[in-house]
Amino acid sequence: MACDIGREKIDAYLDGELPSAEASSLSAHMRTCPECAADALAHVQTKRAVAAAGKRYEASAQFRDKIAKLAAARSSDTKAVARPRFNWQWILLAPALLILAVALGVNFYSGRETARRQRVYSELADLHVSTLASATPVDVVSTDRHTVKPWFQGKLPFTFNLPELQGTDFTLLGGRVTYLAQTPGAQLIYQIRKHEISVFIFQDRGPETSLPTGSTNAASFNLQTWTQNGLRYFAIGDVGLSDIEALSKLLQGAG
Amino acid sequence: MEVPDQRLSPATFEALAIPLFDQLYNFAHWLTQDTAEAEDLVQETYVKALRGFSSFQAGTNFRAWMYRILRNSFLSSRTGLKTTVEFDEQDHDTVGAAPSNPESVLLDRANRELVQQALTELPVHFREILLLCEVEEMSYQEIAETLSVPAGTVMSRLSRARKALRGLLASRLQGKTYGV
Repeated sequence: MACDIGREKIDAYLDGELPSAEASSLSAHMRTCPECAADALAHVQTKRAVAAAGKRYEASAQFRDKIAKLAAARSSDTKAVARPRFNWQWILLAPALLILAVALGVNFYSGRETARRQRVYSELADLHVSTLASATPVDVVSTDRHTVKPWFQGKLPFTFNLPELQGTDFTLLGGRVTYLAQTPGAQLIYQIRKHEISVFIFQDRGPETSLPTGSTNAASFNLQTWTQNGLRYFAIGDVGLSDIEALSKLLQGAG
Repeated sequence: MEVPDQRLSPATFEALAIPLFDQLYNFAHWLTQDTAEAEDLVQETYVKALRGFSSFQAGTNFRAWMYRILRNSFLSSRTGLKTTVEFDEQDHDTVGAAPSNPESVLLDRANRELVQQALTELPVHFREILLLCEVEEMSYQEIAETLSVPAGTVMSRLSRARKALRGLLASRLQGKTYGV
């Protein structure tokens, strides 16, 4: 490249590994250097493609059980052996350790919980972007909710209602079947002022789809999520939160 | 995934290790490219980890520790030994000129297979570092602990791995039009 910023540095920046001072100066540089900006964009796309392609193999249920049993059985074995070696001095420390363990446990859990939510959010952002980038973003092309809704019959193990959009700025473009954490769901594409919003609907079960209700910002997309009639809804798009909320309200009214 | 500095009981092991099962299996399958071998490798990892859990240093990274056990078991396995993992950090630019711009087509989910194929073809030390970074979202420090290499090596090896992947993708995309 023409400027002396190495690709490695851009890599580190996008991996979140550059010290903050360097990161902000690189970020400022990229606003004025189209070459570095293009490089960064290409890198992000590769990152996403590898992240998606890399989640490929799933263990069989039997094997999963086998390992779970192995870990559980060995745990109880070792517990029985370990008991006689118990050191009474620990009793003195027990209350402090208990508090520490609870505090760390909560921290550990909330850290994992945040990471898990981030994964769900970025998976949704990926689905949204990749759908829009596709040559055929929707499998049922229709602005008519009475065409789109029945199309999903027999394709999904649940059903849902879509709102009347007359008198609003929203247009329905169509829908397709999608998957989140191996769970099938509906993806509907709405348009407002040339911006697309994806609405994802899944059955609200399993840890992957249960997120706290509310709005958030995932990779610069605005996202709102809620549950209704046992279904989990996600509305995501690059429009302002007010538009996302307006669409969410319409959907909630229809459900 | 820092493990609190408390008494490490076997029950703690179960609580920490079982949630890693899916990712460890995925990683093992990527390394071995075979279901039966991946299962053997994961099982060996859990057995070794459980046996060695008392020596696991509290306060260090548990996830990196598990991955390190898995990877070392793989390297000493028959398939692992066949996969020559000898490489010189200074000189491994097996890929020629940087490709044009293969990324623009990658977002299409139909091309997921293409990326998977390219990952399969990469040398195992490139494949594993890309998976740890992009799929497992490990920090450079965690990757360094997993691979038992200095943090600086992680950065340069990642860079070469990405270049090699781009090279493979670019050559596969040449002359072929993908619907985007």
